[in-house]
Amino acid sequence: MRPDDRRYLDTHEWAKLDGDLVIVGITDFAVEELSNGNEGDLVYCDLPDVGRDIDQGETFGEIESVKAVSDLNAPVAGEIVEINNEIDEHLEVLSEDPWKKGWLIKIKPADKSLDHLMDAEAYEKHIAH
Amino acid sequence: MKPTRLRSDGPRIGAGAVSNPYTLRPMSDAPLLETRLHGVHVAAGARMVPFGGWSMPVQYASILEEAERVRSRTGLFDLGHMGRIDVTGPDAVPFLDGLVTSFVAKIPEGAIRYGLVCDEKGGPLDDLLLYKTNANHVFVVANASNKASVLAWLEEHTGSSDVRITDRSDELAMLALQGPNSQAALQPLVEDLDLSEVGYYKFRFATVAGIPDVRVSRTGYTGEDGFEIYFPDEESERVWDAVLEAGAPEGIAPIGLGARDTLRLEAGMPLYGHEIDREHNPIEAGLDFGVSFKEEKGDWIGRDALAAIKENPSRRLIGITTDGKRVPRQGYALFHGDDEVGAICSGAVSPTLGTNIGTAYLPVELAQAGRTVHMDIRGKRQECVVCDIPFYSRKAK
Repeated sequence: MRPDDRRYLDTHEWAKLDGDLVIVGITDFAVEELSNGNEGDLVYCDLPDVGRDIDQGETFGEIESVKAVSDLNAPVAGEIVEINNEIDEHLEVLSEDPWKKGWLIKIKPADKSLDHLMDAEAYEKHIAH
Repeated sequence: MKPTRLRSDGPRIGAGAVSNPYTLRPMSDAPLLETRLHGVHVAAGARMVPFGGWSMPVQYASILEEAERVRSRTGLFDLGHMGRIDVTGPDAVPFLDGLVTSFVAKIPEGAIRYGLVCDEKGGPLDDLLLYKTNANHVFVVANASNKASVLAWLEEHTGSSDVRITDRSDELAMLALQGPNSQAALQPLVEDLDLSEVGYYKFRFATVAGIPDVRVSRTGYTGEDGFEIYFPDEESERVWDAVLEAGAPEGIAPIGLGARDTLRLEAGMPLYGHEIDREHNPIEAGLDFGVSFKEEKGDWIGRDALAAIKENPSRRLIGITTDGKRVPRQGYALFHGDDEVGAICSGAVSPTLGTNIGTAYLPVELAQAGRTVHMDIRGKRQECVVCDIPFYSRKAK
């Protein structure tokens, strides 16, 4: 079971409420799909500039593996107030700890509700089929 | 944003386009074809992806490690998806000489040549390997995704030629061993032939794993020494296992289409749908070695168009390397200053060169090694340096 302290997108990002902010990352399932278990197959993660306003569902970045590029989608609308600078040089943190150390961005949301996203149980069902 | 259920054709973390050769064609509802080794690949932990209408292994382990294994030792590929066609009859050779770019009459018996089938405008329907068994028999290997159109094109043009075209794809398995240790890996299974006698782009028939008359050619799509073998499909699993066992001391392992794509790109070999298609001709692709304008060959479909292009080419296929982190992907635009001058055909992380590489067409005046162009990735520019292809040649070692 994935952590139930956060919500999930069907495109495999997670969103966690942390005070006034929403922390965003990608799931272990996403990392596995991208890298097929070989962390060296992840080559690049493009993150946005701090201060950018984004809409819910908007692409805020891209993650690239040896074989493909995939979009990163915003779970909520708001302002990007922080990005994880460690990702750029240390993509392996995504494989090691996608839930905590591998966070990608923090958003100051227009609306703190995450009710439109899947809970852990729904996400488990989503990736099971 | 439409929900994206993860499918076997690669990661779809977001809703954006995933660009790689294995999603080249739009997914249709038609079920994917499977080679007889499909279950073997799945059991070996392969990730299966759609390719040319087939479900094929893209990787068993790391793509980069698989590519390195082929460069340093040897790897085994299931190529059961490829189209294999017999062209037989007294007119087989002149018939093909009217349809393909290479000079079939000049191919010695037991030798193989690369060629293309083009339309009247010189646009390739496919690229092929032509195995000349004898004056009455040429064995043709086509791409999986183009087999049907090649077969139809051949049938359509038989006219009064005394020739028969037979699709043998379903009855034959096709495996490749690629890498410097390939001969040592395969030889223990071959009783009646010293593989060192088989020259580059030559073939022989031999007994392999107890199966008589197996077509064994010194060919491949990786830039390494190696062999391709063709034998009755029902023997697939047994031969696959036998090769892995016999080649174990040589470090053999199964290799997926992901590494195959990296290896062929490093070696400067075109992939249909990327470097060549109906709009991208063999002359500008630098495939002149496979195009014969010799008078003795006679006329052939596409000859005049390609001769005109040869006189006055407007663009040329080149390589690019980039020190930036982004990997070139098909469709990324290339800029020279503010001018859009081309687009990426293929791209990869190159473990052999230690950099990211790609191919692209550029106007001839820009298609010169050492020139700098910029690749656009959603508004971000990354510097690329133009180079000649191939990126890698084992002879240069």
